[in-house]
Amino acid sequence: MASIFIPFLILGGIGILAGLLLGFASKKFAQEEDPRQQLLRECLPGANCGGCGFAGCDAYARAVAAGEVPVGRCGVGGKETADKMAAIMGVSSDAGQPMVAFTACCGTKDKAERRFHYYGTSACREASVIPGGSIKSCRYGCLGFGDCVKACLFDAIHIKNGIAVVDRDKCRGCRACIEACPKHLIRMISKEAAVEVYCSNCERGLDVKDICKAGCIGCGICSRQCPQKAITMQNDLPVIDHALCDGCGLCAEKCPVHVLRLIKEEGSSLKDERVQMVPDVVK
Amino acid sequence: MPVFLTILIGQIFVNNFVMSKFMGICPFLGVSKKMDSALGMGMAVTFVMTISSAFTYLVYQYILVPLHVQYLYTIAFILVIAALVQFVEMFIRKTSPELYASLGVYLPLITTNCAVLGVAVLNMQNHYNLVESVLSGFAGGLGFLMGIVLFSGIRERIEFNPIPKAFQGFPIALIAAGLMAISFLGFQGLI
Repeated sequence: MASIFIPFLILGGIGILAGLLLGFASKKFAQEEDPRQQLLRECLPGANCGGCGFAGCDAYARAVAAGEVPVGRCGVGGKETADKMAAIMGVSSDAGQPMVAFTACCGTKDKAERRFHYYGTSACREASVIPGGSIKSCRYGCLGFGDCVKACLFDAIHIKNGIAVVDRDKCRGCRACIEACPKHLIRMISKEAAVEVYCSNCERGLDVKDICKAGCIGCGICSRQCPQKAITMQNDLPVIDHALCDGCGLCAEKCPVHVLRLIKEEGSSLKDERVQMVPDVVK
Repeated sequence: MPVFLTILIGQIFVNNFVMSKFMGICPFLGVSKKMDSALGMGMAVTFVMTISSAFTYLVYQYILVPLHVQYLYTIAFILVIAALVQFVEMFIRKTSPELYASLGVYLPLITTNCAVLGVAVLNMQNHYNLVESVLSGFAGGLGFLMGIVLFSGIRERIEFNPIPKAFQGFPIALIAAGLMAISFLGFQGLI
Protein backbone atom coordinates (compact mmCIF):
# COMPACT_ATOMS: atom_id res chain seq x y z
CA MET A 1 0.00 0.00 0.00
CA ALA A 2 2.73 2.40 1.03
CA SER A 3 4.60 1.78 -2.22
CA ILE A 4 1.68 3.36 -4.10
CA PHE A 5 0.75 5.94 -1.54
CA ILE A 6 4.16 7.56 -1.05
CA PRO A 7 4.89 8.27 -4.75
CA PHE A 8 1.34 9.54 -5.06
CA LEU A 9 1.92 11.95 -2.20
CA ILE A 10 5.29 13.07 -3.52
CA LEU A 11 4.14 13.80 -7.04
CA GLY A 12 0.89 15.31 -5.83
CA GLY A 13 2.88 17.44 -3.43
CA ILE A 14 5.22 18.70 -6.14
CA GLY A 15 2.24 19.34 -8.40
CA ILE A 16 0.29 21.29 -5.80
CA LEU A 17 3.40 23.26 -4.86
CA ALA A 18 4.04 24.14 -8.49
CA GLY A 19 0.38 25.05 -8.96
CA LEU A 20 0.44 27.36 -5.95
CA LEU A 21 3.65 28.96 -7.14
CA LEU A 22 2.22 29.57 -10.61
CA GLY A 23 -1.04 30.87 -9.19
CA PHE A 24 0.85 33.26 -6.98
CA ALA A 25 3.10 34.30 -9.85
CA SER A 26 0.23 34.98 -12.21
CA LYS A 27 -1.24 37.38 -9.63
CA LYS A 28 2.05 38.97 -8.77
CA PHE A 29 3.28 39.37 -12.34
CA ALA A 30 -0.10 40.15 -13.88
CA GLN A 31 0.32 42.32 -16.95
CA GLU A 32 -2.23 45.12 -17.16
CA GLU A 33 -3.38 45.58 -20.75
CA ASP A 34 -5.15 48.55 -22.23
CA PRO A 35 -8.64 47.24 -23.09
CA ARG A 36 -8.60 49.44 -26.20
CA GLN A 37 -5.63 47.50 -27.51
CA GLN A 38 -7.75 44.42 -28.14
CA LEU A 39 -10.45 46.49 -29.88
CA LEU A 40 -7.87 48.22 -32.05
CA ARG A 41 -6.31 44.90 -32.92
CA GLU A 42 -9.65 43.61 -34.11
CA CYS A 43 -9.97 46.53 -36.54
CA LEU A 44 -6.63 45.74 -38.12
CA PRO A 45 -6.48 43.23 -40.97
CA GLY A 46 -4.02 40.89 -39.30
CA ALA A 47 -1.75 40.58 -42.32
CA ASN A 48 1.29 41.44 -40.13
CA CYS A 49 2.91 43.00 -43.19
CA GLY A 50 4.90 45.58 -41.26
CA GLY A 51 3.88 48.43 -43.58
CA CYS A 52 3.11 50.62 -40.59
CA GLY A 53 6.69 50.32 -39.39
CA PHE A 54 5.87 47.99 -36.50
CA ALA A 55 6.58 44.30 -36.09
CA GLY A 56 2.99 43.35 -36.82
CA CYS A 57 -0.63 44.27 -36.18
CA ASP A 58 -0.33 43.51 -32.46
CA ALA A 59 2.62 45.82 -32.06
CA TYR A 60 0.89 48.61 -33.97
CA ALA A 61 -2.30 48.24 -31.94
CA ARG A 62 -0.26 48.46 -28.73
CA ALA A 63 1.53 51.59 -29.93
CA VAL A 64 -1.74 53.26 -30.94
CA ALA A 65 -3.38 52.35 -27.64
CA ALA A 66 -0.41 53.85 -25.81
CA GLY A 67 -0.86 57.03 -27.83
CA GLU A 68 2.60 56.85 -29.34
CA VAL A 69 1.53 56.93 -33.00
CA PRO A 70 -1.53 58.19 -34.82
CA VAL A 71 -4.18 55.99 -36.40
CA GLY A 72 -4.14 55.61 -40.18
CA ARG A 73 -0.69 54.09 -40.59
CA CYS A 74 -2.22 50.87 -41.85
CA GLY A 75 -1.95 50.85 -45.62
CA VAL A 76 -3.71 47.52 -45.92
CA GLY A 77 -6.83 48.49 -44.01
CA GLY A 78 -6.95 51.92 -45.64
CA LYS A 79 -9.44 54.58 -44.72
CA GLU A 80 -12.06 52.19 -43.38
CA THR A 81 -9.72 50.80 -40.73
CA ALA A 82 -8.38 54.24 -39.90
CA ASP A 83 -11.93 55.51 -39.27
CA LYS A 84 -12.78 52.57 -37.03
CA MET A 85 -9.57 52.98 -35.05
CA ALA A 86 -10.15 56.71 -34.76
CA ALA A 87 -13.61 56.03 -33.31
CA ILE A 88 -12.11 53.79 -30.64
CA MET A 89 -9.39 56.27 -29.75
CA GLY A 90 -11.79 59.22 -29.90
CA VAL A 91 -9.78 61.20 -32.44
CA SER A 92 -10.42 62.17 -36.02
CA SER A 93 -8.72 60.12 -38.70
CA ASP A 94 -6.75 61.89 -41.36
CA ALA A 95 -5.59 58.99 -43.46
CA GLY A 96 -3.86 60.28 -46.56
CA GLN A 97 -4.86 59.33 -50.05
CA PRO A 98 -4.33 55.63 -50.84
CA MET A 99 -0.90 54.70 -52.12
CA VAL A 100 0.02 51.84 -54.44
CA ALA A 101 3.33 50.30 -55.41
CA PHE A 102 4.87 51.20 -58.75
CA THR A 103 7.71 49.45 -60.59
CA ALA A 104 9.88 51.88 -62.50
CA CYS A 105 11.03 49.60 -65.30
CA CYS A 106 9.54 48.54 -68.61
CA GLY A 107 12.53 46.64 -69.97
CA THR A 108 10.67 43.49 -70.91
CA LYS A 109 12.45 40.43 -72.30
CA ASP A 110 12.18 41.64 -75.90
CA LYS A 111 13.26 45.22 -75.10
CA ALA A 112 16.16 44.94 -72.67
CA GLU A 113 19.35 43.22 -73.72
CA ARG A 114 20.58 40.29 -71.66
CA ARG A 115 24.26 39.93 -70.98
CA PHE A 116 24.39 36.17 -70.77
CA HIS A 117 22.52 33.00 -69.99
CA TYR A 118 22.14 32.94 -66.25
CA TYR A 119 22.22 29.55 -64.58
CA GLY A 120 22.32 30.76 -60.98
CA THR A 121 19.76 30.81 -58.24
CA SER A 122 16.32 32.00 -59.29
CA ALA A 123 16.13 34.94 -56.93
CA CYS A 124 16.63 38.67 -57.50
CA ARG A 125 18.54 38.91 -54.23
CA GLU A 126 21.10 36.44 -55.53
CA ALA A 127 21.18 37.61 -59.15
CA SER A 128 21.74 41.21 -58.08
CA VAL A 129 25.09 40.47 -56.47
CA ILE A 130 26.79 38.85 -59.46
CA PRO A 131 29.54 40.94 -61.09
CA GLY A 132 27.87 43.80 -62.95
CA GLY A 133 24.88 43.64 -60.67
CA SER A 134 22.38 42.30 -63.16
CA ILE A 135 21.64 39.64 -65.72
CA LYS A 136 20.64 42.45 -68.06
CA SER A 137 22.98 44.95 -69.62
CA CYS A 138 21.01 47.60 -67.73
CA ARG A 139 22.20 47.67 -64.15
CA TYR A 140 19.05 49.41 -62.97
CA GLY A 141 16.31 47.31 -64.48
CA CYS A 142 14.00 44.67 -63.10
CA LEU A 143 15.60 41.22 -62.83
CA GLY A 144 12.30 39.39 -63.10
CA PHE A 145 12.85 36.53 -60.66
CA GLY A 146 9.94 37.70 -58.58
CA ASP A 147 11.30 38.33 -55.09
CA CYS A 148 8.53 40.93 -54.91
CA VAL A 149 5.95 38.36 -56.02
CA LYS A 150 7.00 36.12 -53.14
CA ALA A 151 6.93 39.04 -50.72
CA CYS A 152 3.44 40.19 -51.71
CA LEU A 153 0.73 39.00 -49.34
CA PHE A 154 -2.11 40.11 -51.59
CA ASP A 155 -1.22 38.55 -54.94
CA ALA A 156 -0.89 42.07 -56.31
CA ILE A 157 2.43 41.92 -58.12
CA HIS A 158 3.34 39.58 -60.93
CA ILE A 159 6.09 38.99 -63.43
CA LYS A 160 4.92 39.78 -66.90
CA ASN A 161 7.26 39.26 -69.82
CA GLY A 162 10.30 39.45 -67.57
CA ILE A 163 9.42 42.45 -65.42
CA ALA A 164 7.39 42.98 -62.28
CA VAL A 165 4.03 44.68 -62.79
CA VAL A 166 1.77 45.84 -59.97
CA ASP A 167 -1.91 45.02 -60.03
CA ARG A 168 -3.20 48.40 -58.85
CA ASP A 169 -6.61 47.10 -57.84
CA LYS A 170 -5.17 44.47 -55.54
CA CYS A 171 -2.26 46.45 -54.09
CA ARG A 172 -2.91 47.49 -50.49
CA GLY A 173 0.20 49.62 -50.10
CA CYS A 174 1.94 47.51 -47.45
CA ARG A 175 5.42 48.15 -48.92
CA ALA A 176 6.52 44.52 -48.60
CA CYS A 177 7.72 44.50 -52.22
CA ILE A 178 9.79 47.65 -51.69
CA GLU A 179 11.73 45.86 -48.98
CA ALA A 180 12.15 42.78 -51.15
CA CYS A 181 13.49 44.49 -54.31
CA PRO A 182 17.30 44.54 -54.33
CA LYS A 183 17.24 47.02 -57.24
CA HIS A 184 15.10 49.55 -55.33
CA LEU A 185 12.86 49.81 -58.37
CA ILE A 186 9.58 49.85 -56.52
CA ARG A 187 8.24 52.96 -54.84
CA MET A 188 4.90 54.15 -53.53
CA ILE A 189 2.88 56.55 -55.62
CA SER A 190 -0.53 58.02 -55.05
CA LYS A 191 -3.30 55.90 -56.49
CA GLU A 192 -4.55 59.05 -58.21
CA ALA A 193 -1.26 59.72 -60.02
CA ALA A 194 -1.91 60.04 -63.73
CA VAL A 195 1.46 59.52 -65.35
CA GLU A 196 4.78 57.95 -64.38
CA VAL A 197 8.25 57.26 -65.74
CA TYR A 198 8.69 53.55 -66.44
CA CYS A 199 12.48 53.57 -66.20
CA SER A 200 15.15 53.91 -63.54
CA ASN A 201 18.28 54.10 -65.68
CA CYS A 202 19.99 57.40 -64.91
CA GLU A 203 22.83 57.04 -67.39
CA ARG A 204 23.12 59.26 -70.47
CA GLY A 205 20.81 58.64 -73.37
CA LEU A 206 23.32 57.09 -75.76
CA ASP A 207 24.34 54.42 -73.29
CA VAL A 208 20.75 53.59 -72.46
CA LYS A 209 19.78 53.33 -76.09
CA ASP A 210 22.44 50.69 -76.70
CA ILE A 211 21.19 48.31 -74.05
CA CYS A 212 17.43 48.78 -73.77
CA LYS A 213 14.93 49.70 -76.43
CA ALA A 214 12.46 50.83 -73.78
CA GLY A 215 14.75 52.92 -71.59
CA CYS A 216 14.57 56.65 -70.93
CA ILE A 217 17.12 58.52 -73.06
CA GLY A 218 16.89 61.66 -70.97
CA CYS A 219 15.99 63.93 -73.88
CA GLY A 220 13.91 66.23 -71.67
CA ILE A 221 11.12 66.76 -74.20
CA CYS A 222 8.57 65.95 -71.50
CA SER A 223 9.82 68.62 -69.14
CA ARG A 224 9.80 71.25 -71.91
CA GLN A 225 6.37 70.28 -73.19
CA CYS A 226 4.57 70.05 -69.84
CA PRO A 227 2.09 72.95 -69.64
CA GLN A 228 2.00 72.73 -65.84
CA LYS A 229 5.80 72.67 -65.47
CA ALA A 230 5.33 69.55 -63.34
CA ILE A 231 8.28 67.65 -64.82
CA THR A 232 11.90 68.31 -63.94
CA MET A 233 14.92 66.41 -65.20
CA GLN A 234 17.10 64.89 -62.48
CA ASN A 235 20.02 62.56 -63.30
CA ASP A 236 18.78 62.26 -66.88
CA LEU A 237 15.41 61.02 -65.70
CA PRO A 238 12.16 62.97 -65.56
CA VAL A 239 10.71 63.49 -62.11
CA ILE A 240 7.02 64.22 -61.95
CA ASP A 241 5.52 66.46 -59.31
CA HIS A 242 2.12 64.85 -58.90
CA ALA A 243 0.82 67.84 -56.99
CA LEU A 244 1.19 70.00 -60.12
CA CYS A 245 0.34 67.36 -62.75
CA ASP A 246 -3.21 67.63 -64.07
CA GLY A 247 -3.00 64.45 -66.08
CA CYS A 248 -3.29 66.02 -69.54
CA GLY A 249 -1.10 63.27 -70.98
CA LEU A 250 0.86 65.54 -73.33
CA CYS A 251 4.18 64.20 -72.00
CA ALA A 252 3.17 60.60 -72.63
CA GLU A 253 2.16 61.58 -76.15
CA LYS A 254 5.42 63.38 -76.89
CA CYS A 255 7.83 60.88 -75.31
CA PRO A 256 9.91 59.46 -78.20
CA VAL A 257 10.65 56.14 -76.44
CA HIS A 258 7.25 55.78 -74.81
CA VAL A 259 8.72 55.53 -71.34
CA LEU A 260 6.37 58.12 -69.87
CA ARG A 261 3.00 56.47 -69.79
CA LEU A 262 -0.49 57.19 -68.58
CA ILE A 263 -0.88 54.73 -65.73
CA LYS A 264 -4.58 54.15 -66.37
CA GLU A 265 -3.86 52.88 -69.86
CA GLU A 266 -1.51 50.22 -68.64
CA GLY A 267 -3.26 46.90 -68.10
CA SER A 268 -3.77 45.80 -64.54
CA SER A 269 -5.07 42.25 -64.60
CA LEU A 270 -2.04 40.18 -65.37
CA LYS A 271 -1.02 36.61 -65.45
CA ASP A 272 2.08 35.49 -63.56
CA GLU A 273 4.88 34.47 -65.89
CA ARG A 274 7.84 34.23 -63.58
CA VAL A 275 11.06 33.89 -65.53
CA GLN A 276 12.21 30.32 -65.85
CA MET A 277 15.79 30.75 -66.93
CA VAL A 278 16.81 27.11 -67.20
CA PRO A 279 14.05 25.97 -69.59
CA ASP A 280 14.85 29.03 -71.70
CA VAL A 281 18.36 27.82 -72.25
CA VAL A 282 17.35 24.24 -72.88
CA LYS A 283 15.19 25.45 -75.74
CA MET B 1 39.06 21.40 -15.65
CA PRO B 2 39.43 18.72 -18.36
CA VAL B 3 36.07 17.30 -17.20
CA PHE B 4 34.35 20.60 -17.94
CA LEU B 5 36.06 20.84 -21.30
CA THR B 6 35.01 17.30 -22.12
CA ILE B 7 31.38 18.09 -21.28
CA LEU B 8 31.49 21.31 -23.28
CA ILE B 9 33.02 19.83 -26.45
CA GLY B 10 31.05 16.63 -26.06
CA GLN B 11 27.66 18.33 -25.81
CA ILE B 12 28.27 20.89 -28.52
CA PHE B 13 29.94 18.76 -31.18
CA VAL B 14 30.20 15.06 -30.49
CA ASN B 15 26.87 14.35 -28.83
CA ASN B 16 25.02 17.27 -30.35
CA PHE B 17 21.40 16.95 -29.27
CA VAL B 18 19.92 17.39 -32.71
CA MET B 19 22.63 15.97 -34.88
CA SER B 20 23.62 12.81 -33.08
CA LYS B 21 20.92 12.18 -30.47
CA PHE B 22 17.99 13.27 -32.65
CA MET B 23 16.30 15.07 -29.80
CA GLY B 24 14.45 18.35 -30.18
CA ILE B 25 13.65 17.68 -33.81
CA CYS B 26 10.26 19.42 -33.68
CA PRO B 27 11.55 22.93 -32.97
CA PHE B 28 14.56 22.16 -35.17
CA LEU B 29 12.34 21.59 -38.19
CA GLY B 30 9.50 23.89 -37.23
CA VAL B 31 11.34 27.11 -36.42
CA SER B 32 14.26 26.93 -38.84
CA LYS B 33 12.75 28.68 -41.85
CA LYS B 34 14.24 32.04 -40.97
CA MET B 35 17.51 32.73 -39.25
CA ASP B 36 16.04 35.36 -36.92
CA SER B 37 13.48 33.04 -35.43
CA ALA B 38 15.98 30.17 -35.38
CA LEU B 39 18.30 32.32 -33.31
CA GLY B 40 15.49 33.21 -30.90
CA MET B 41 14.48 29.58 -30.60
CA GLY B 42 18.05 28.44 -30.02
CA MET B 43 18.57 31.02 -27.29
CA ALA B 44 15.30 30.06 -25.62
CA VAL B 45 16.30 26.38 -25.67
CA THR B 46 19.74 27.19 -24.24
CA PHE B 47 18.14 29.21 -21.48
CA VAL B 48 15.56 26.59 -20.57
CA MET B 49 18.05 23.71 -20.72
CA THR B 50 20.45 25.50 -18.41
CA ILE B 51 17.97 26.35 -15.69
CA SER B 52 16.08 23.08 -15.96
CA SER B 53 19.35 21.15 -15.57
CA ALA B 54 19.92 22.88 -12.26
CA PHE B 55 16.38 22.39 -10.99
CA THR B 56 16.00 18.78 -12.02
CA TYR B 57 19.33 18.00 -10.36
CA LEU B 58 18.06 19.49 -7.10
CA VAL B 59 14.72 17.70 -7.36
CA TYR B 60 16.41 14.38 -8.09
CA GLN B 61 19.09 14.58 -5.41
CA TYR B 62 17.05 16.12 -2.62
CA ILE B 63 13.55 14.78 -3.18
CA LEU B 64 13.58 11.60 -5.23
CA VAL B 65 16.77 9.96 -3.90
CA PRO B 66 16.10 10.43 -0.16
CA LEU B 67 12.57 9.08 -0.59
CA HIS B 68 13.76 6.14 -2.74
CA VAL B 69 11.43 6.92 -5.64
CA GLN B 70 14.07 7.46 -8.35
CA TYR B 71 11.91 5.56 -10.81
CA LEU B 72 9.53 8.55 -10.86
CA TYR B 73 12.16 10.73 -12.47
CA THR B 74 10.50 11.09 -15.88
CA ILE B 75 7.18 12.35 -14.65
CA ALA B 76 8.76 14.43 -11.88
CA PHE B 77 11.12 16.12 -14.34
CA ILE B 78 8.29 16.94 -16.74
CA LEU B 79 6.29 18.45 -13.91
CA VAL B 80 9.18 20.52 -12.60
CA ILE B 81 10.34 21.75 -16.00
CA ALA B 82 6.84 22.68 -17.15
CA ALA B 83 6.13 24.64 -13.98
CA LEU B 84 9.54 26.30 -14.12
CA VAL B 85 9.20 27.40 -17.73
CA GLN B 86 5.74 28.81 -17.06
CA PHE B 87 7.05 30.70 -14.07
CA VAL B 88 10.05 32.08 -15.94
CA GLU B 89 7.82 33.17 -18.80
CA MET B 90 5.60 35.17 -16.45
CA PHE B 91 8.64 36.62 -14.73
CA ILE B 92 10.27 37.75 -17.98
CA ARG B 93 7.00 39.16 -19.26
CA LYS B 94 6.72 41.40 -16.24
CA THR B 95 10.32 42.42 -15.76
CA SER B 96 11.71 42.75 -19.28
CA PRO B 97 9.38 43.33 -22.24
CA GLU B 98 12.36 43.45 -24.63
CA LEU B 99 13.61 40.04 -23.56
CA TYR B 100 10.05 38.72 -23.69
CA ALA B 101 9.65 39.91 -27.26
CA SER B 102 12.81 38.11 -28.40
CA LEU B 103 12.67 35.02 -26.18
CA GLY B 104 9.27 34.75 -24.54
CA VAL B 105 7.26 33.73 -27.57
CA TYR B 106 9.36 30.58 -27.90
CA LEU B 107 9.22 29.55 -24.27
CA PRO B 108 5.77 27.92 -24.24
CA LEU B 109 6.74 26.02 -27.39
CA ILE B 110 9.60 24.20 -25.74
CA THR B 111 8.07 23.41 -22.37
CA THR B 112 9.50 19.94 -21.84
CA ASN B 113 10.37 19.08 -25.38
CA CYS B 114 12.52 16.01 -25.74
CA ALA B 115 15.86 17.85 -25.76
CA VAL B 116 15.01 19.66 -22.53
CA LEU B 117 13.84 16.49 -20.83
CA GLY B 118 16.67 14.55 -22.42
CA VAL B 119 19.39 16.72 -20.93
CA ALA B 120 17.90 16.27 -17.47
CA VAL B 121 17.77 12.51 -17.83
CA LEU B 122 21.28 12.28 -19.28
CA ASN B 123 22.70 14.40 -16.46
CA MET B 124 21.19 11.97 -14.00
CA GLN B 125 22.41 8.88 -15.86
CA ASN B 126 25.95 10.30 -16.13
CA HIS B 127 26.00 11.05 -12.38
CA TYR B 128 26.95 14.68 -12.93
CA ASN B 129 27.13 16.99 -9.93
CA LEU B 130 25.31 20.34 -9.87
CA VAL B 131 28.00 22.35 -11.68
CA GLU B 132 28.51 19.68 -14.28
CA SER B 133 24.76 19.37 -14.83
CA VAL B 134 24.36 23.09 -15.41
CA LEU B 135 27.35 23.13 -17.76
CA SER B 136 26.02 20.12 -19.61
CA GLY B 137 22.61 21.78 -20.03
CA PHE B 138 24.19 25.01 -21.20
CA ALA B 139 26.50 23.27 -23.66
CA GLY B 140 23.66 21.11 -24.94
CA GLY B 141 21.66 24.27 -25.57
CA LEU B 142 24.61 25.86 -27.36
CA GLY B 143 24.88 22.77 -29.54
CA PHE B 144 21.19 23.07 -30.38
CA LEU B 145 21.60 26.79 -31.07
CA MET B 146 24.48 26.14 -33.44
CA GLY B 147 22.62 23.34 -35.19
CA ILE B 148 19.40 25.28 -35.74
CA VAL B 149 21.15 28.48 -36.88
CA LEU B 150 23.32 26.62 -39.39
CA PHE B 151 20.31 24.66 -40.59
CA SER B 152 18.20 27.80 -41.03
CA GLY B 153 20.96 29.24 -43.21
CA ILE B 154 20.82 26.14 -45.39
CA ARG B 155 17.04 26.27 -45.58
CA GLU B 156 17.05 29.94 -46.55
CA ARG B 157 19.26 29.07 -49.49
CA ILE B 158 17.25 25.99 -50.42
CA GLU B 159 14.20 28.25 -50.81
CA PHE B 160 15.77 29.87 -53.86
CA ASN B 161 16.41 26.68 -55.75
CA PRO B 162 14.15 24.91 -58.17
CA ILE B 163 13.12 21.89 -56.09
CA PRO B 164 11.04 19.10 -57.61
CA LYS B 165 7.45 19.34 -56.47
CA ALA B 166 7.56 16.12 -54.49
CA PHE B 167 10.47 17.39 -52.40
CA GLN B 168 9.25 20.89 -51.66
CA GLY B 169 8.91 21.90 -48.02
CA PHE B 170 9.59 19.32 -45.36
CA PRO B 171 11.01 16.49 -47.48
CA ILE B 172 13.96 18.55 -48.69
CA ALA B 173 14.42 19.95 -45.19
CA LEU B 174 14.59 16.44 -43.78
CA ILE B 175 17.12 15.41 -46.40
CA ALA B 176 19.22 18.49 -45.65
CA ALA B 177 19.01 17.73 -41.93
CA GLY B 178 20.10 14.14 -42.57
CA LEU B 179 23.12 15.27 -44.59
CA MET B 180 24.00 17.75 -41.88
CA ALA B 181 23.80 14.98 -39.27
CA ILE B 182 26.16 12.88 -41.35
CA SER B 183 28.63 15.73 -41.41
CA PHE B 184 28.45 15.89 -37.64
CA LEU B 185 29.57 12.26 -37.57
CA GLY B 186 33.01 13.68 -38.31
CA PHE B 187 33.25 14.83 -34.72
CA GLN B 188 32.91 11.29 -33.38
CA GLY B 189 36.09 10.19 -31.67
CA LEU B 190 37.08 13.75 -30.79
CA ILE B 191 36.78 12.90 -27.10
